[in-house]
Amino acid sequence: MRILIIEDDRETASYLLKALKEAGHGADHAADGETGLNMAEGRDYDLLIVDRMLPKRDGLSVIADLRKSGSHTPALILSALGQVDDRVEGLKAGGDDYLTKPYAMSELLARAEVLGRRRSTGEVETSYKVGDLELDRLSHEVRRAGKPVVLQPREFRLLEYLMKHAGQVVTRTMLLENVWDYHFDPQTNVIDVHISRLRSKIEREFDRPLLHTVRGSGYIMREDS
Amino acid sequence: MRRLKALLKMTAVRLSAVYFLIFAFGAVGLVYYVTNTASDIIESQARAGIVEEKAELAQIYRLAGIVGLVRSIDRRARQPGAGLYLATDATGRIIAGNVESLQAGVLDEAGSTPDAFGYSRYGETGVYHKAIADVVSLPNGMRVLVGRDQSDALRFREVVQSALILALAAMGGLALIAWFGIGRRALRRLDRMSAASSRILAGDLGERLPVFGAGDEFDRLSENLNTLLARIALLQEGLRQVSDNIAHDLKTPLARLRSKAEAAQQAAESDETRDNLEGIIGDADTMIRTFDALLMISRVEAGSHPIQKTTVDLTAIAGDVAELYEPVAEEAGAALEFRASGPSKIAASRELVAQAISNLVDNALKYGRPHEGAAHVTIAIEETGSDAVISVADNGPGIPEDKRPRVLERFYRLDESRTLPGSGLGLSLVQAIARVHGGRLALEDAGPGLKVVLRLPKHVKDRASHDDKPN
Repeated sequence: MRILIIEDDRETASYLLKALKEAGHGADHAADGETGLNMAEGRDYDLLIVDRMLPKRDGLSVIADLRKSGSHTPALILSALGQVDDRVEGLKAGGDDYLTKPYAMSELLARAEVLGRRRSTGEVETSYKVGDLELDRLSHEVRRAGKPVVLQPREFRLLEYLMKHAGQVVTRTMLLENVWDYHFDPQTNVIDVHISRLRSKIEREFDRPLLHTVRGSGYIMREDS
Repeated sequence: MRRLKALLKMTAVRLSAVYFLIFAFGAVGLVYYVTNTASDIIESQARAGIVEEKAELAQIYRLAGIVGLVRSIDRRARQPGAGLYLATDATGRIIAGNVESLQAGVLDEAGSTPDAFGYSRYGETGVYHKAIADVVSLPNGMRVLVGRDQSDALRFREVVQSALILALAAMGGLALIAWFGIGRRALRRLDRMSAASSRILAGDLGERLPVFGAGDEFDRLSENLNTLLARIALLQEGLRQVSDNIAHDLKTPLARLRSKAEAAQQAAESDETRDNLEGIIGDADTMIRTFDALLMISRVEAGSHPIQKTTVDLTAIAGDVAELYEPVAEEAGAALEFRASGPSKIAASRELVAQAISNLVDNALKYGRPHEGAAHVTIAIEETGSDAVISVADNGPGIPEDKRPRVLERFYRLDESRTLPGSGLGLSLVQAIARVHGGRLALEDAGPGLKVVLRLPKHVKDRASHDDKPN
């Protein structure tokens, strides 16, 4: 993936660059909004990572301008403003995801991965398959090695999201946002309990695990460990 | 009808009604006094004239006898603008004078007539006037009447009275129109002002009270309050900027610290180092979480950023939270019960309400465990009048009544729960969220256990938004 980072804090930017490169992505850096907008317009990026508070031109107006000129490059907004309405404002301006500083690097990488890959899969799939686990989105049926697995509606949506992003790390907040459609901060790690329930239903009678825990990050759906 | 009632309740209208009544009483009294006095003066003048004339006629009678008297009466009666004269013989036949007929009984008694009587003048048969007179009885049985017409005095009284009635009616009518006009106008302006202040109270500090450009006391009040609001907004903005800057400046190094620990953890070779770094990351997360909660409370309480309210179903949100926590409760061996009779629509921020309910359920599961037996947490939704009420009750140790207000303070923790994880900000945040929605948070005894009741208004100042429209 080719990623453009628009961030004024030098240290944060260099750290981001390093982390993205280590994760196997190509990354460029712009230190202010003006330069960032020019660079984003000049080259086709897979993802923009934009700080909200920037010199010369704030992050939201950079994204809004890009959207006006017809660019659909996914944009991940980074901000120290983490209130509910700040987030709504950010997404309204054309941002695709919003991450509040301070964020965990693993959280950022997971979200960047999901956002950047989104463009390539244009068609809507009607079923997912990971190893011998199959999920039919139309009939709402789940089978493992041909045997039906009975899931609650929420468990189905949880599995659906995990399988849609199979091979990608999915964090707890991403799950709360996408499966429950909430963005608040549950004090307890409620998601973990839901995952372990789901896990027991799809893996209890089978040897090979499909749903793995990624230490310090979240979860990943993958055929081999 | 509602507006008319509101109009009648206005101080200005009530005061002017009182003034009108006082003035009307005063005017009636004054006119009554003036007409009475004037009539009295006119009557006493007439009586004085009668007495004088009677004396003259008595003189003539003494000097010229009956013949002279009758001739004198006859002469006087013919003069233009003359008073009333009448002489009759003992049988009551008219001998001289200008009176054709009299009200019966007037001549029967000598002396002044106590009241005005009716008569008709000679040659004006059928036309009756009012008069006062003196009747004198002569030794031969003759009767002489000397009087003065009172029609003018009576007409004067009538004219003044009808003028008064007309004036009062006109005044009353004008006053009604004026009340209605002025009152309605004032009421509409007051309505718009109170609608604007409701929005300001709800946290929209960008709102200003309307100024109508009339330069009157309403405008001056609005202008002064607007200046005040501008100052408050400026101070608030300063506060918000400071807190935003703190967030930006302190959270960035905190993020770096966390990221570096994360990177070091991945590169670490021994499990011990990894565990230590895991601890650092966990501590950093706790700091970040506390910091976020604190910033959120400050910003929600400052109301500098009015929250976006949409129509949401409290039952649905509570159901989501209950569903989210159900496995957590099960794992902890607690029963989580959710009771609601149907949808309960409120104007609120979905995220904030979910956060509040989640905090309450989390608290109940963490701190509401009984010493013996199974924990039981009940989430219930009710509707009372204008509020949607959500309560979260546990069957744990509860909170002594004297400590209940304190647990709403930031960072306050009960001694019993200090050993459990938590920041002491959960309930403060719920209270801030209640406040920003115009609701209330109350801690009650669940007997045994604690029942936290969150009341949220169903409509956020429905009246204000209704009256907002110009009518």
